Amino acid sequence: MFTAAIVTGLGLGSMYALLALGFHLTYVVSRTVNFAQGSAMMVGAVLGYTFCITWGWSLWLALPLTLLLCAVYGLAIERWLVRPFHSRGSQAWLMATVAGGILVDNLALFTFGKEPRQFESSLVNLNVELFGSNVGALQLLIPLAGAAIALALYLVRRYTRLGKVLEACVQNPRAAMLMGINVNRVVAIAFAISTVFAAIAGLLIAPLFSVNAEMGMLFGLKAFAVAILGGIASAGGVFAAGLLFGLAEALITLYFGSAFTQIFTFALVILALAIRPNGLFGSKALVKV
Amino acid sequence: MAIRLPNLQRLLFPVAAAVTLNIAMFGSAQAVEPIKVGLVAALSGQSAKSGEALTRGLTMAINEVNAKGGVLGRPLELVRRDDESNPSKGMLAARELVQREKVTVLFGGLDTPVSLAIVPLANQMKVPFMGIWAAGTKITENGAADNYVFRVSAVDELVDEALVKYGVDNGMKKPGMILINNPWGESNEAGFKRALEKRGLANAGVERIQDSDLDVVPQLTRLKNAGADTLLMVGNVGPSAQVVKSLDRMGWDVPVVSHWGPAGGRFGELAGPNASRVHFIQTYVFTEHNNAKGDALLAALKTAYPQIKTLADVTPAVGIANAYDALHLAALAIEKAGNTEGKAVRDGFYAISDYDGLIKHYKQPFTVQKHDALGPDDYLFTHFVNDQIVPLKP
Repeated sequence: MFTAAIVTGLGLGSMYALLALGFHLTYVVSRTVNFAQGSAMMVGAVLGYTFCITWGWSLWLALPLTLLLCAVYGLAIERWLVRPFHSRGSQAWLMATVAGGILVDNLALFTFGKEPRQFESSLVNLNVELFGSNVGALQLLIPLAGAAIALALYLVRRYTRLGKVLEACVQNPRAAMLMGINVNRVVAIAFAISTVFAAIAGLLIAPLFSVNAEMGMLFGLKAFAVAILGGIASAGGVFAAGLLFGLAEALITLYFGSAFTQIFTFALVILALAIRPNGLFGSKALVKV
Repeated sequence: MAIRLPNLQRLLFPVAAAVTLNIAMFGSAQAVEPIKVGLVAALSGQSAKSGEALTRGLTMAINEVNAKGGVLGRPLELVRRDDESNPSKGMLAARELVQREKVTVLFGGLDTPVSLAIVPLANQMKVPFMGIWAAGTKITENGAADNYVFRVSAVDELVDEALVKYGVDNGMKKPGMILINNPWGESNEAGFKRALEKRGLANAGVERIQDSDLDVVPQLTRLKNAGADTLLMVGNVGPSAQVVKSLDRMGWDVPVVSHWGPAGGRFGELAGPNASRVHFIQTYVFTEHNNAKGDALLAALKTAYPQIKTLADVTPAVGIANAYDALHLAALAIEKAGNTEGKAVRDGFYAISDYDGLIKHYKQPFTVQKHDALGPDDYLFTHFVNDQIVPLKP
């Protein structure tokens, strides 16, 4: 049973981590975050359901199109909810992204419907035995997919031209601009990648959970807590914090009972931040004066 | 540019105006003024389906009453307001229906908190308030000296007693409770504990579930390790479905006895092939073979709402049936009262001695001490078979 709880925790944690990596990416590039990450996760699940189940499209057509549309959603958020405010030095992007997320949630409520729906997948009913416990195959796939995406992000940032451009914007946006890099475009790409990460999380958990218009709100909130816990500027830290958060939830429930899950988990987050204010894996930002 | 009408048409205007005025002045005085009844329920949001079921049940009964000449020679008319599952909106809507629309009887919706907010208002304004879904015990047992609140629905405390009895009859010795993490779950935890204590039974623990729970394996593992031989479940459709899916993953074949949460949506689809393992309570279900009243109502529903094609479309049946019987009982109460004054109608409910309803044959359904028309003997145990709710064999 311990194994089952660990797998549950890793699955939950990877999902939080994917959403939190989106927060990380936009933060390092533009010092802004997209509080509509939760709604992007919902949009991914709802579009995936609509294409695959309602319209009966093939998975190989539905998934790329879902991710593409979610990338467009990210671009739209950056262009109309973040850039107009951020470029004038205003912090109103914070409220604008929250409001944008609520707007999209409500649009989904009217178009997709009020009732939760089940995203059928043959993987849901496939169980494997792991260290004496029955574990769902999809539950094993989620942490693997999460780790693969985090690794891909690392490799892209380290070894590709896009990664170098991103890195330049992270280190000094003004210098990057002087070197001919279109910083606005880089920030827009970061927002698109962040919503694609959220959509992947939504698509991965949809068969285990259910698809509904309000599914992203609480997950988005927890993912932001994870991003802060890990140290929002550290990609590895954010991913590790996601896994730790998920594991803490599953193990606290197993050993202390579900009545204590939220109390203990968030108390641990507060304690960790009291000891390490910049996050578990973050470091103090140097400000040149 | 002004348009000139032909002469004949220009002449028609004053004639039409005079006829309209004549009808307005004299016609309305001769028309019989309807008796209004109000419904305050969730007509939008996630619970909109329940509001629609209540509307259908009330409308069908009103059509029947009006077809027989109405009540006190006057037709009944339904006035609806949306409470959006929000207690303050529900209270405002109830006040408007009583003060502006002058409703004679007010009907309530799905949400216990909304009904609890309306109860003091109904007692204060002396307007009978009929609960037709919300099961909170305190709605009818509200402690008011002059109680105007009645109910044709399940009652939480009686449901808990019925669920425990059903479990014990099926070999339950040490149940584990898996309850939604909100006041509804808390209220039922107290009810379950009382019902278990009465029988000298211990419980294997209480675990909480919530709408966002992706996996309930850790909670269920604790109950399993504590020796639970049956699960007593209280939760809405989503969390209840997560329990079934997690049980499947664990390979734990344990009986699940549940409050009526799974009935409110697509539980058959969400919980998957093992949805049928959950046995839950209902006050009424439509089947292939109903009594004469059930068959007649089903046929009338199909005529009035063409989207109803199969039995899976007449859900939630409890909403339709509770509302249908409650409206007929209210019509009888007004008839007994002889007028639409609140206190007289309230006493009219006490005066009903006999009514052959859809859910059961009511004999003296209400007394000064008893404001709930349904009791544990009126509950049915059911389960999902595909998308349809089917009664379990007694």
